[in-house]
Amino acid sequence: MAKNKPTKTSQGEAKAEQAADEAVVKSDAHGGHGGGHGGHGGHDDEHLAHTMSIKMLVGVWGALMVLTVLTVSVTGIDLGYTLNLVVAMVIATIKAALVMLFFMHLWWDKKFNVVVFVSSFLFVLLFVALTLNDRGEYQADIETYRQDKAQQ
Amino acid sequence: MTDTTADAHAGHEHHHGDGPHLAHHFDSYQHQFDSGKLGIWLFLAQEILFFSALFVAYIVYRAMHPEIFIWAHYFLDTQLGAINTGVLIVSSLTAAWAVRCAQLGNKQGLVLNIAVTILCAFGFLGIKYVEYSHKFHDGLGWAAKDAELKWSRHDPKHQVWELPGFQAKHPEVAAAAAAASKEGKSDREIAAVARKAAGGKDLGIVQPANSNTFFGIYFFMTGLHGIHVIAGIIVWVWLLLRALKGQFGPKYFGPIDYAALYWHLVDLIWIYLFPMLYLIH
Amino acid sequence: MASTTTSPEAFGSATPSTSESYLTNERGFLSWLLTLDHKRIGVMYLMGVLFSFALGGFFALAVRTELLTPGHTVMEADTYNQMFTLHGAVMVFLVIIPGIPAALGNFVLPIQLGAKDVAFPRLNLFSFHLWLIGALFLVLSMYLSAADTGWTFYTPYSTTTTTAVIPATFGAFILGFSSIFTGVNMIVTIHKLRPPGMHWFRMPLFCWAIYATAIMQVLATPVLGITLLMLIVERALHVGIFDPALGGDPVLYQHFFWFYSHPAVYIMIVPAFGVISEVIAAFSRKRIFGYKFIALSSVAIAILGFLVWGHHMFTSGQSVLAGTIFSAISFMIAIPTAIKIFNWLGTMYQGRIFLDTPMLYALAFLWVFTIGGVTGMYLAVMSTDVHLHDTYFVVAHFHYVMMGGAITAFFAGLHYWWPKITGRMYDEKPGRIGAIIVFLGLNLTFFPQFIMGSQGMPRRYYNYLEEFTIYHQLSTVGAYLMGVGFLLAGINFYRSLRKKPDAPKNPWGARSLEWLTTSPPPYYNFHKPPVVDFGPYDYEDLVFDKKLGGYVHKSEAKS
Repeated sequence: MAKNKPTKTSQGEAKAEQAADEAVVKSDAHGGHGGGHGGHGGHDDEHLAHTMSIKMLVGVWGALMVLTVLTVSVTGIDLGYTLNLVVAMVIATIKAALVMLFFMHLWWDKKFNVVVFVSSFLFVLLFVALTLNDRGEYQADIETYRQDKAQQ
Repeated sequence: MTDTTADAHAGHEHHHGDGPHLAHHFDSYQHQFDSGKLGIWLFLAQEILFFSALFVAYIVYRAMHPEIFIWAHYFLDTQLGAINTGVLIVSSLTAAWAVRCAQLGNKQGLVLNIAVTILCAFGFLGIKYVEYSHKFHDGLGWAAKDAELKWSRHDPKHQVWELPGFQAKHPEVAAAAAAASKEGKSDREIAAVARKAAGGKDLGIVQPANSNTFFGIYFFMTGLHGIHVIAGIIVWVWLLLRALKGQFGPKYFGPIDYAALYWHLVDLIWIYLFPMLYLIH
Repeated sequence: MASTTTSPEAFGSATPSTSESYLTNERGFLSWLLTLDHKRIGVMYLMGVLFSFALGGFFALAVRTELLTPGHTVMEADTYNQMFTLHGAVMVFLVIIPGIPAALGNFVLPIQLGAKDVAFPRLNLFSFHLWLIGALFLVLSMYLSAADTGWTFYTPYSTTTTTAVIPATFGAFILGFSSIFTGVNMIVTIHKLRPPGMHWFRMPLFCWAIYATAIMQVLATPVLGITLLMLIVERALHVGIFDPALGGDPVLYQHFFWFYSHPAVYIMIVPAFGVISEVIAAFSRKRIFGYKFIALSSVAIAILGFLVWGHHMFTSGQSVLAGTIFSAISFMIAIPTAIKIFNWLGTMYQGRIFLDTPMLYALAFLWVFTIGGVTGMYLAVMSTDVHLHDTYFVVAHFHYVMMGGAITAFFAGLHYWWPKITGRMYDEKPGRIGAIIVFLGLNLTFFPQFIMGSQGMPRRYYNYLEEFTIYHQLSTVGAYLMGVGFLLAGINFYRSLRKKPDAPKNPWGARSLEWLTTSPPPYYNFHKPPVVDFGPYDYEDLVFDKKLGGYVHKSEAKS
């Protein structure tokens, strides 16, 4: 990307990074940051960021609506406590992914922004995992205490 | 809450004559937009962690006491929950569309989309209000009940087998449980009768210990989410006024983009809350 | 893009004109309260923090005075409970957490980077206003009936006590958001506002420390926010999430609280590392040893800091498995921390050490923080912790770290940047005496607490056994001594404002960018982003100029 600004190539990383950023403005809003390209509609050089086509917007919306209906109707079918839960969560995650990737433009966004957002989920995961692990471990103590108390 | 991150056009001197919305400490609109974007993503990351403790509480209690959640789910109105999900998804669509309109300099479309987003947000809150008042009416609050806020176990007006929805789905079980209850049998005996009527399957219709836990979490999660919806409405109204003045265009649409990102996050949280609270099987 | 643009002479005379100095370019109370200038916001934070420090110090002295004798000395037991709670809450939430990142960080970091301001000046002002509102709520709770729960607000006591827990926790909730917004601002500023040539590994280590801190502020503080909100709701409405009488789980509260509050410990100490890195390098006139290790170890601490919260709960009913995991990871934190200490010592080794006031505080930090850190290891071992938990050993440990670490570094930084912030030099002699008195007082206060703690004196107790009297009395004398030291530093600062001399641009011979602008800096910091083609620790290019009383670039001295 830096080739647009030949005068600025000498000053180390930050420089190159900035030049790259500026090059994005000049040439194309879907610059070398975001990774993949979707099959989206037209764009012009004025844009600071990716623009969603109406087709995509409505398409994603339709998919979200279908998935909502799907998750409600699946609940009506008895798959067992655990499997029902898993199915509901998988559908929710697909919906969440659609919202994040397309409505929130993460598919075209800078990698670092993706890192920021995804890392927050990792920290939540950590929070859940360690707390749940501990809670599960001492649940037995609570049961024992309750039984002892019931016997007294 | 988000609006302060949203735009950084400082009322300082020292403009370079680059335009009315470019703050003096940024080199270009692109620079300003990217900085704002990183800022809003960081804000959203903290929002995720802000909600996280509630999710942890939910997961911990559901893992340890599934019976509470199974019992409580009979009282939730899946239909209203699903409608609300649809309403939020529509508003997410219009929020994303608003960004597109702002990027293309389509003022009319921008105003329309923001207006629809705000309407959906009010619709969502209206439906929530209906749900909340039903819950309170049926004695399904959290633990505290009396005026002095002295705690006492929450006191549902109806048992599961008295609910029309349950009666329609499991008529034999409802009838058997109702009969057993009328005879003044103990909870354990009612549970046994119900299990027998259901062909050996435990439907968890007898009120378990600490059943208030579910409603405590339910009201907390949906309430906090509702507060975020209200905050979103305030932001959108502010942006609507600015959009009417024609302040946004291809070079300066950051605030719309950031508000839309926030709004999608609110939607995202609801996408999880819906199956977690309404679709327990 | 030649290097000429970066030489010190690019900025004219050492003292800015009245219309340029950020202190005087606008006048009036509102020009401060509604300013968007990061320097003014930093100064307002600084005033708030110093006032809170005096308040928190007053509560500390009240606590220590009460403990002079067993039983009743000057106050009732309930008052005593409120005093130590207020001391903890004020010192943690109003002093240490905003002290370095918000007050010094706001002032210094953008100039150090070579930026004109932080990325979001309005958000910056908003977070200061939030700080004020949060502080008002804490003060309000004092007026109503101060909380007596300790700063940790543990349930179920905090949901049942009759004192004003809600205003206090609500204040802390708001302060949390103030801290989050500062963090957001700092991260974006560091990512987006670095001028040409200021690449990641050319940033002063203070910036790295603030960056690591900001990560924790953004990812951990919201959990405190929600936890305190849950506590408030639990107390007001009894939702039954934490209250065991309603089927709730008080240990869950502790998990939530410490998920934030352990990283918060690093929010308090990591910026201190940044200050110490700057001061030790500058006053040893030697390139910092192991730059990348110090920079990245801050980030490592930030990440590892999230994995150790359970070591506060070894005796709370936490399971053995979780305890073991948390204990092991707690040990790992010692590694990046020790890397820093070694690197600082390595920097001083064969350096030209100048024992000015900031350096004395920094040396005090090295000594005291090492003791604080190593005693932390005792507490990370589950078996010894069961004995030492909730004794004065813990009190001494975290005061060695918080007081001896964070506050000492804050004062090192304050003395270091004072000439830049105010444009005035303070007197060295009282400054140094103050530093020495603080150091002695600190050790006298807290070392006896290690001894009595290991002998079983529980923390937070109003009364104690006769045999602990001598330790308590030594500790109280130490506390007063410390008070004298800080008072001396305060008077010294105050006097420097009243009288000349004006500070030169670069009184210490430091190399980071803030020493290139005038003292005090102009409101715009830099006319245009400086091109940085030197490192923050390249001291060999500077020479002392007798006429100016400060350091200049050698190219300038020759001409």
